[in-house]
Amino acid sequence: MGHRTPLYEEHVKALARMVDFGGWDMPLHYGSQIAEHHAVRRHAGIFDVSHMRAVEVRGAGARAFLRYVLANDVDKLTVPGKALYGCLLDEQGGVLDDLITYFLAPDWFRLVVNAGPAEQDIAWLRGHAGGFDVEITPRPDLAMVAVQGPSAEDAASRVLSREECAALAGLKPFHAAIVGDTFLARTGYTGEAGFEVLVDAHRVTGLWRRFIAQGVAPAGLGARDTLRLEAGMNLYGHDMDTTVSPLESGLAWTVSFAGDREFIGRPALLRQRAQGGMRRLTGLLLQGPGVVRSGQIVRGDWGPGTVTSGSFSPSLSRGIGLVRVPAGAADGDACEVVGRSGQILGARLVAPPFVRHGRVLIDL
Amino acid sequence: MSKIPGDLRYTKSHEWVREAGADLVVGITDHAQDLMGDMVFVELPKPGTRLGAGKECAVVESVKAASDVYAPVAGEVIAVNEALGDAPETLNADPYGEGWLFKLRPSDPASVRALLDASAYEALLASEG
Repeated sequence: MGHRTPLYEEHVKALARMVDFGGWDMPLHYGSQIAEHHAVRRHAGIFDVSHMRAVEVRGAGARAFLRYVLANDVDKLTVPGKALYGCLLDEQGGVLDDLITYFLAPDWFRLVVNAGPAEQDIAWLRGHAGGFDVEITPRPDLAMVAVQGPSAEDAASRVLSREECAALAGLKPFHAAIVGDTFLARTGYTGEAGFEVLVDAHRVTGLWRRFIAQGVAPAGLGARDTLRLEAGMNLYGHDMDTTVSPLESGLAWTVSFAGDREFIGRPALLRQRAQGGMRRLTGLLLQGPGVVRSGQIVRGDWGPGTVTSGSFSPSLSRGIGLVRVPAGAADGDACEVVGRSGQILGARLVAPPFVRHGRVLIDL
Repeated sequence: MSKIPGDLRYTKSHEWVREAGADLVVGITDHAQDLMGDMVFVELPKPGTRLGAGKECAVVESVKAASDVYAPVAGEVIAVNEALGDAPETLNADPYGEGWLFKLRPSDPASVRALLDASAYEALLASEG
């Protein structure tokens, strides 16, 4: 048996198919992951993401510490409430995790890390905190839901308190606010409008039920995966891990080399960049019927590559994926995917995202 | 609990068989579709194909996985459910009805008797936990 979120009983009652994810028993779907996917693109869905771990980084040295351990530069966070996406790297430049950092006060940042690597992340952060005036505190007492889709805000107006709604309405993308005991953030993993809410674990079941009563569809990890894949967002453990750097994972934009800031992994990344010939992570679209599967081989004029994430896109009715391909591979190039019984499927490299805000962004 | 109609025969690989005169209608069970999740592609054999018992003859592919379908008994494919091409989700919604895969004329009409009956299939599912 894995860890259970405070919403476990709700999932079981809703007849969810439960699966292991990063050591947690999580809902894969509540009947149809494709219906849940469409619900999020067209209306609104709610995800239990309480398996993700909030970690407080507090103290006078919090900013200096995060500037040292994160590849993105928290000095970009000038206004409290602003959030920043980036990677935690090891000395070799390998990705230990990807995470969002919320700037809450000059001596208070909140990280939200992935379920699988959470314990290692916390040990890593503590292991590098020596010399900084900083305290690192995991928050297993908090639960988290993501409400996503074009109608998410409308549902929120009927579920959240007046003050919470006012705060949410004032939030720009990638910003957060704290209202009483409620943490609201305009972030997500679907490519749709929406927000994420962190509350005390005891309050989350009521919140969950109220959103569902307003017609927001419970959505599982299956829909979450196809939504994030269409939105061109990486999944830790699939599209990147400790064996690759962010520069080969489509995440160069999250690495800040500005100035002479010293951060863990910087020398390794600079060496890799100087050597050149880096592989790149990009999108893949099947030309005919089929489903792309993680681990499949991709072949083009530039040699072999690998599918790091693959699925069937409900919005496009096509097989799509993320692929790591040699440096010479360009978006638009024709290529082939080797199917499970050796059959060859025609495909094309495309620049992700595939779909955002309900709109198809690539040529089929 | 998945549905197991009493008037059908079953295989250990989760196909069902319905006798229709001299012919057999073949599909995958409710248990199989439920395990696989949302179906997105179905690949069917060509009518006229002769199949040995247990031969791979179709592929059903869901968002989650692809799975072979095996011929329950030896015979010749006489019809396939073309409608699944545009509506693979029918396999999820109605696995024992509109979601049928193909019709088979068995080489030996008695061969269907060797397949599992509903209670034996139910016991198989129970043993698979």
